[in-house]
Amino acid sequence: MVDKIPDSSIRRTQVVLLIVALAGLHFLLICAGFFAPYDATSQDRELPYAPPTRIHFCDASGFHSRPFIYAWTPSGADTDSSGSYREDRSHEYPVHFFVRGASYDILGVFESSWHLFGVDAPGKLMLFGADAFGRDEFSRVLFGGQISVAAGIVATLLALATGSVLGIIAGFYGGWIDESLMGLTELFLSLPWLYFLLGVRAFLPLHLSTLRTFFLLTGVIGLIGWGRPARLIRGLVLSLRHRNFVLAARGFGAADFYLLRRHILPETFGLLLTQAAMLVPRYIAAEVTLSFFGLGVNEPVPSWGNMLSTLQQYSVLVSYSWLLAPAGAVVVTSVLYSLLADVFHSRLKSQST
Amino acid sequence: MKVIARLTLHVCLFAGFCFAAPPAPAGARAGEEIARLPDVEGRYGGHLTVGERAEPKTLNPVLATDSVSREIIGRLMGDLVEINRSSQLTEPALAKSWKISPDGRTFTLTLRKGVLFSDGQPFDADDVIFSFGVYMDEAVDSPQRDLLIIDGKPIVISKIDKYTVRFVLPRPYAAAERLFDGLAILPKHLLEKPYRAGHFAESWALNAQPSEIAGLGPFRLKQYVPGQRIVLERNPYYWKVDRQNHRLPYLDELVFLFVGTEDAQVMRFEAGETDIISRLSSENYSLLLREKGRSGSQLADLGPSLEYNFLVFNLNDLSGKKLDEVAATQAWFRDLRFRQAISLAVDRDSIVRLVYGTRGAALWGNVGPGNKLWINQSLPHQARSIEGARQILRSAGYSWNTSGQLIDAERRTVEFSIITSSSNSQRMKMAALLEDDLSKLGIQAHIVPLEFRAMIDRVFQSFNYEAAIMGLGGGDADPNPEMNVWTATGTSHLWHLGETTPATDWERELDQLMQKQMVTLDYSKRKQLYDRAQQLIAENLPFIFLGTPNILSGADARVGNFHPAVLDPYTLWNADELYIRSSAQENAGIR
Repeated sequence: MVDKIPDSSIRRTQVVLLIVALAGLHFLLICAGFFAPYDATSQDRELPYAPPTRIHFCDASGFHSRPFIYAWTPSGADTDSSGSYREDRSHEYPVHFFVRGASYDILGVFESSWHLFGVDAPGKLMLFGADAFGRDEFSRVLFGGQISVAAGIVATLLALATGSVLGIIAGFYGGWIDESLMGLTELFLSLPWLYFLLGVRAFLPLHLSTLRTFFLLTGVIGLIGWGRPARLIRGLVLSLRHRNFVLAARGFGAADFYLLRRHILPETFGLLLTQAAMLVPRYIAAEVTLSFFGLGVNEPVPSWGNMLSTLQQYSVLVSYSWLLAPAGAVVVTSVLYSLLADVFHSRLKSQST
Repeated sequence: MKVIARLTLHVCLFAGFCFAAPPAPAGARAGEEIARLPDVEGRYGGHLTVGERAEPKTLNPVLATDSVSREIIGRLMGDLVEINRSSQLTEPALAKSWKISPDGRTFTLTLRKGVLFSDGQPFDADDVIFSFGVYMDEAVDSPQRDLLIIDGKPIVISKIDKYTVRFVLPRPYAAAERLFDGLAILPKHLLEKPYRAGHFAESWALNAQPSEIAGLGPFRLKQYVPGQRIVLERNPYYWKVDRQNHRLPYLDELVFLFVGTEDAQVMRFEAGETDIISRLSSENYSLLLREKGRSGSQLADLGPSLEYNFLVFNLNDLSGKKLDEVAATQAWFRDLRFRQAISLAVDRDSIVRLVYGTRGAALWGNVGPGNKLWINQSLPHQARSIEGARQILRSAGYSWNTSGQLIDAERRTVEFSIITSSSNSQRMKMAALLEDDLSKLGIQAHIVPLEFRAMIDRVFQSFNYEAAIMGLGGGDADPNPEMNVWTATGTSHLWHLGETTPATDWERELDQLMQKQMVTLDYSKRKQLYDRAQQLIAENLPFIFLGTPNILSGADARVGNFHPAVLDPYTLWNADELYIRSSAQENAGIR
């Protein structure tokens, strides 16, 4: 008991740090337009596969407190697009903060053209380098994250909403309702969903707008994923149904709906939160997988999945390591959510013991 | 201990090299009219491994349609006349000479005497008559049949004597001898029975025994392992010898590994598991180029290929098709000025740089700089001009709304989808560039990547598409294989399939030009006609031509006589001449 106090205080700072990191990540993605120096779709055909821009503090004249960059220029003989670049040292481009650039909007309401940082044209500050069309990979990771993470969250909400409604009904009423609903979850869990989706895509119209594709994508991921949460919730409700406080309430004449709302639903929150934190990274991965196979949001709109799909080409994979940046973003996001799931899970366990 | 073991192994290996030298094939037999290649030298022995992207579908030369099957079958079979891939000219093959009558309709071919099939059975005029009978049989439905039916009438073939055959064409046909390349001569003694019994379609399938298959090519079938490889061995009766009268081919074995994708081809090649890659993308080529210092492999950039990649608009007759949305877009596409504006807005230089990594060429017409014999050099190469394109659109009654979108005279925003094959990364890149170029005109183009078959189905069958990025050509430098693209009734007349008569005046003139060049025998007159045809195509833009990749090939340092060419098959056309350099050199290279 004595040595548990410092342990829990360490845990508390860890939890706070985790929440700050997650909040920061989402803030970064929501305000992608502000943090990204460039538009996600604007091409620079002079800079295909340009490596990440190096940020300098020192030049021939010594140290500068304001960082600066040099522009990339194709290096000498090998001028093909996959050839290497060298820094053109003839001109320095100092990095400015709070600059005007391409216009963007935040959450579709707040419009602006201010960016956190940037350099004067024709210099280009590309922190993660450029893709095959000279588009800034850093900006694309931020804008792509909007789609991928939002897809993960919306799909999770959908799966949990469907799963908990059906799980509660199955667990609370039991009998043939339970059997048929659980049969349905088994069917959904055993569905070879990737092939199923490939089939579904063939029947859809040729062109779908980004928004419609997004909702289709999240809808499909969410609806396919409700099976697992439904089973877990059903198990929990099944045991809650026979708890003394529920039986007592029923004895006092409580109606089904009151019982569900007052006694059963609150008990499932912990489980739902843990599930949510677990499902978000899984559904981000699902979006990445689907986009990787060309079933997601189409070019030129970025998502982590369709950005990674260019790495299907062997030559790109082995030549341009900076294009793995979206994979790094997926890993960071997934780890943060998984840690959050751990926190929820341990709280749930400590509550139940 | 280990050192001694390794040393012993080396001694054993060395001994193996000395004693396992394969017996050289027998020289010319009495009465055998053998073909001598005075420039070819090499060394017997060894095997060459080629990585194929897919497994062949069949070994039957009459029915094969996929490129992998054809590449393998081509090594097993011989033709009457061959196109030398390097010079692009015809050369005598199984026919040692031919005569053309003054009216250009009668071809008399004299066959080589004493030639044997790979199973040792003799070859003569009966095999030729039998083979062409099969190719022209409607029931067999060979893809080559179309070539032998001119104006709806078949070519008449007759046997003059045991070694002379006569082909009578229904009308003069330019460069008709080129037709013989790719029409493999079949062994009558093996295939007549199944053909008469109506089982021809099942013969020479992949599961056929090596003893059932015989040809006149440099190799014969040794083994087929499903899903893994096909092994060909030397045909000891092949009818060509080198400079020192050594019977070709040099290689003991030619092995085709089924590796799956181009990337897998490259990886296997890098690992030294395969020796030749026929076609490389520019990215993979640069990758291998960077490693060249270490691997020493031979890499060849042969310049622009004969294929052309283009954007095509759906101008098909859609009446009765229930495709109202597509039909609504056709009003724009039918307007030549709209197509001109789009062509002017395309940044072809960027396509060459970003898609082909500078290893390609921009195209403004259907004949590219790779086809030196036929290209119309006088066609203008308009520089990209967004402003010029906007002016053309303005003059055609288009305008822009406040958000910069292009709107037509009926105030509809101009927006359409472009389909392309998702497996072709180069065309996907072209699409992304095109999308950006068109956005500069205020046109919203949506790129829709489709699985290759799904795309082909939309373009050729259902017509349910608005525009597509595709590629054609690459077979032969001659204009005749292009007939099916540019004549109204052609099977690849993509922008308007199934026409019975040309829809417009320029299409009518194009039809006439193409028909006329086909029956004109004189090269310069044909060139004039084809120049005019190219001009019509470039002016009327049924396709918006984009670019063509260079032919890029690679071979291991050990491969001798590696002479890749811009015509398909790019590297294996001279498989009979390829050899493996001496093992001493080879070992020196590896150590």
